[in-house]
Amino acid sequence: MNKHTKFGFYIFFIPVFLWLFLLIVLPHIELLFMSLKYENDMGEMVWSLQNYKEFFSEEIYWLTFLRVALYAILVTFLTFVVTFPIAFYITKVVSPKYKGFLIILLLMPFWVSELVRVYGWMILLRESGVINYFLVSLHILDKPIEMLYNDVSMIMGLVYTSMLFMVVPLISSLDGMDDSYIEAAHDLGASKFIIFFKIVIPYTAPGIVSGSIVVFMLTLGNYLTPNLMGGKNSLWFTEQIYNQFIASFNWNQGAAFGFLLLLLSSLIIWIGLKLTKQNLAKALS
Amino acid sequence: MIRSLPKSKGYDISFIIYMVLFYTFLFAPLVVTCVLAFNDSEFPTLPWNGFSLDWFFSNTNDRVGIFNDSSNLTSIWISIKTAFFVSIFSLTLGTMGAFLFEQENFKFKQGFYFLALTPLVIPGVILGISLLLSTNTAGTYMENTFGIDVEFFRPSFWLVVIGQFAFISTFVLLVVSARLKKFDKSLEEAALNLGATRFEVIRLITLPYLKPALIGAGAVAFLMSFENFNTTLFLIGSDTTLPINLYLQVRDGSTPIINAISFLLIVSTSLMAIINLIFTKKEQ
Repeated sequence: MNKHTKFGFYIFFIPVFLWLFLLIVLPHIELLFMSLKYENDMGEMVWSLQNYKEFFSEEIYWLTFLRVALYAILVTFLTFVVTFPIAFYITKVVSPKYKGFLIILLLMPFWVSELVRVYGWMILLRESGVINYFLVSLHILDKPIEMLYNDVSMIMGLVYTSMLFMVVPLISSLDGMDDSYIEAAHDLGASKFIIFFKIVIPYTAPGIVSGSIVVFMLTLGNYLTPNLMGGKNSLWFTEQIYNQFIASFNWNQGAAFGFLLLLLSSLIIWIGLKLTKQNLAKALS
Repeated sequence: MIRSLPKSKGYDISFIIYMVLFYTFLFAPLVVTCVLAFNDSEFPTLPWNGFSLDWFFSNTNDRVGIFNDSSNLTSIWISIKTAFFVSIFSLTLGTMGAFLFEQENFKFKQGFYFLALTPLVIPGVILGISLLLSTNTAGTYMENTFGIDVEFFRPSFWLVVIGQFAFISTFVLLVVSARLKKFDKSLEEAALNLGATRFEVIRLITLPYLKPALIGAGAVAFLMSFENFNTTLFLIGSDTTLPINLYLQVRDGSTPIINAISFLLIVSTSLMAIINLIFTKKEQ
């Protein structure tokens, strides 16, 4: 019996170990090593912090980095603000008859590839797009204006792409909340405002945190939406990484950028977890 | 405020207005994309010039429909192949992981579990470049030391499969673990007491119990692989997957053929979602 169990354990353990070691741990160590190597004047690869110096001395690099970090926080916040009423309405207000239908309708668009959704926004918003066509034919505008390729449309696109990952944890944590908490507070005379901030928000905090972590991470690492909706001036950090790798073929510089992005996302996620006293395993499952 | 409490009319109405606006926002891009796939026009925009299936079936010099466009058809086929292998591999490994973390006890279990979850918080682009760098190093090493050229160490079909498998396994692991948590272990113990081996128990008792989770996880894995862009971008060789191929076309100007492909994608994913839903409903 014991021998069987031991044998069984290794059957499971070895593949999982190989997966984690070869495909997760080792590549990221390699990323760190590559970022610390630099080609000197003699054309030799030497250990150096030059790639990181480059990042801090070139304004465009660290400004982009900062910009992306702030925008990702903004997108996370906006996604929460936009989806919270939906989650609340579906779980607590609407008649249970429609609940299932509304949830399916809500999830449906997110089964479709991000590229298709972004493309849909492009043909709606661009100068020759559908919205402009309506605005001009209704004489609201004299001639079409370009609504795509600016920060506002890019942020909107990012919020649109991220909504699913916020609304699902919100719905499940609101679903687990007993309505009698709200009823009791109401009976004791609490205002809507108080109920919302003292009861609903603290209760759904775990859902908010796990949603925020995923949304933040996906926004930070998004390439498609900023690239296609933000246009030439979108300046997303993943684009800088892509340029270093594919356009300039400077893999060491690209590795340094990649490592910095990884550090940033881990740091913000860690702070988020610490502030709300959760751990990663609990927040993600 | 909630169902059981008295609500003002204004409260209700403002909620309904918000819901309508939100769902319009949610569906507008998809509906417009689908409708314009059937517009008889050279550009994916209004005015409406009449209904046409040109962007699906036509094969003339100015209009090549999707079913005659070999570049897009090839990329769809490559995406299907990629998704097929990724879902098989990640389903196998994710299930093993679920068994490992739910049923076994070992040193540093928490640490390994933490590692197994990290692909969820590593941006896809970073995973892509890390794998590109490390396989490149490994490939160069193999080439210089043994003189062998290993195909999947270079950007290629199999490297894409490996890259997607690396993070999709985590999703399978989570879905399968969630169901395995609810499993009544006394069933397994009974079978063991009656003389079944560990693997007979898994094959005859645990796996049938996990079936709905496995189907769901498989569908999600297939879809995630089919639609993956960020990780794939850096690992791709000459076999372009559909998302990458579409991206290149959208970036460099577009024709309604992209709408036609999008329409097909939207219809097939919705169908898949509905089938998946019926399956899970039945199981409950």
